[in-house]
Amino acid sequence: MSEEIIIAGFGGQGVLSMGKILAYSGIMQDQEVSWMPSYGPEMRGGTANVTVILSDERISSPYLKVYDTAIILNQQSMDKFESTVKPGGILLYDTNGISHHPTRTDIKIYQIEGAKLAAEMGNKKVFNMIILGAFLKIKPIVKLENVLSGLKKSLSERYHHLIPLNKEAITMGMNHLNVFNAEQQIIHS
Amino acid sequence: MAELKLMKGNEALAEAAIRAGVDAYFGYPITPQSEVIEYLMAERPEKRTGMVVLQAESEVAAINMVYGAASTGKKVMTSSSSPGISLKQEGISYIAGAELPAVIVNVVRGGPGLGTIQPSQADYFQSVKGGGHGDYKLYVLAPASVQEMSDFVADAFDIAFKYRAPVLILSDGLIGQMMEKVVLRDQIERITDEDLIKNQGSWATTGKKDRHRNIITSLDLQSEKMEARVHRLQKKYKQMELEDLRYETIQCDDADYLIVAYGSSARISQKAVELARNKGIKLGLLRPITLFPFPKKQLFDLADQVKGILSVELNSGQMVEDVKLAVEHKVPVEHFGRTGGIIHTPEEVLEALEQKIIKHGDFRHHKTRESSIL
Repeated sequence: MSEEIIIAGFGGQGVLSMGKILAYSGIMQDQEVSWMPSYGPEMRGGTANVTVILSDERISSPYLKVYDTAIILNQQSMDKFESTVKPGGILLYDTNGISHHPTRTDIKIYQIEGAKLAAEMGNKKVFNMIILGAFLKIKPIVKLENVLSGLKKSLSERYHHLIPLNKEAITMGMNHLNVFNAEQQIIHS
Repeated sequence: MAELKLMKGNEALAEAAIRAGVDAYFGYPITPQSEVIEYLMAERPEKRTGMVVLQAESEVAAINMVYGAASTGKKVMTSSSSPGISLKQEGISYIAGAELPAVIVNVVRGGPGLGTIQPSQADYFQSVKGGGHGDYKLYVLAPASVQEMSDFVADAFDIAFKYRAPVLILSDGLIGQMMEKVVLRDQIERITDEDLIKNQGSWATTGKKDRHRNIITSLDLQSEKMEARVHRLQKKYKQMELEDLRYETIQCDDADYLIVAYGSSARISQKAVELARNKGIKLGLLRPITLFPFPKKQLFDLADQVKGILSVELNSGQMVEDVKLAVEHKVPVEHFGRTGGIIHTPEEVLEALEQKIIKHGDFRHHKTRESSIL
């Protein structure tokens, strides 16, 4: 098994930490992992993206042109990464701020209203965990228990009391996933 | 017990420095290697092992602190990124000339000048062809993973003390900034003063008691003596070539074509090998792990088997010169690489191979032969 993922959005949305938690979850189930951020001046208030690879074998390139899954959290990232999903691959996106919805018909497209759900939960910081939950509903490549032990490892102890909240957010994401039909531009719940 | 962690390359290198029993680190922050000194400061190694970590006032100061501390026979290191390493070149030349063990780390960014903070491999020439002035070489290790960022610290010190010579770890922004799984080595105790005098007392300035003075200098105004020093250095470099060459071959056994790449380019090229094999192209990868010594003989031999070689580097063509020297015109050798901080994708590498080597391979083969005869 090998899963090549790009997560892209604004700086501050938790893009990099979501990737890190995914990578830690992979380690928890004895997989090889790589986490390659885009770094540089663009991170300051601009776009942020990270390539995460989980594999049963030694990972060759941590830097890729095409991906199995693109998790897209703003319009700039949609413009940049929709075309990089492999045919038959997955595009998951948050609808908040999206003006041009994806148009590809050779990939599977899913929507999540992560920003809205996070606001409803009363904590905007769990946004990335809602997105992660939606992704894991589509592709359960890591077990929830491994995500939680990954969280335990990546968070310092003083934040461990937040793990139940993160679990709740993941479940929220899992339960509010919609399928998007790009051909007809309609949503199926 | 070996410990498993998810770490950035820079952090893994810093942790490895503590665990390798390094006595002192002197540095100055610069992107994309600042995590090294940040991690070291946060870890309080002076409490863990007694290791000294000091932010100098400049790169020039840091390398001269390394020069001074290395003179005492202690394990000392510094790290920086390209513009900072340029500043350190004078000191590195002095350390090489004075025959001192030290480890220097370069997490390369794009140049020339201040260039860019994104990954690059444009410091190959600087690393293997001197950098500073004089007839010296550095033993150069090129990590291609976070694991190697960790492992090569202790390996570099082994070589530095075996030859009493500076060793360079040549990384880049990609390897430094990415996170991977890493198995950390066990803690090595720092050397005691008694052992230091026993092992390095013949040359190091350990504090004179009942022996002749040990003088550390790179200056020899008597030409015969200076030539003897240069010869001694060259003898070490020969021995490095014979005893401490490191490289890795991937799918080379049946290869029709070959990529030569180190560090981050080797990782990207490994994926290009997978893509090529899926298309039925028998492509192999030779990854030099040491850039000096360079796997010359291995390349010379592989040139009898393959139809063409592509040197893939994040620069405008540097290592390709050493590949050509090693191959001695047996087969066409071309270069491919992006610059300015842009990273080539595995797809671009494969396309370059098809365009530059496979498409024109046979034609150039004859042309090269003829022109080399003429």
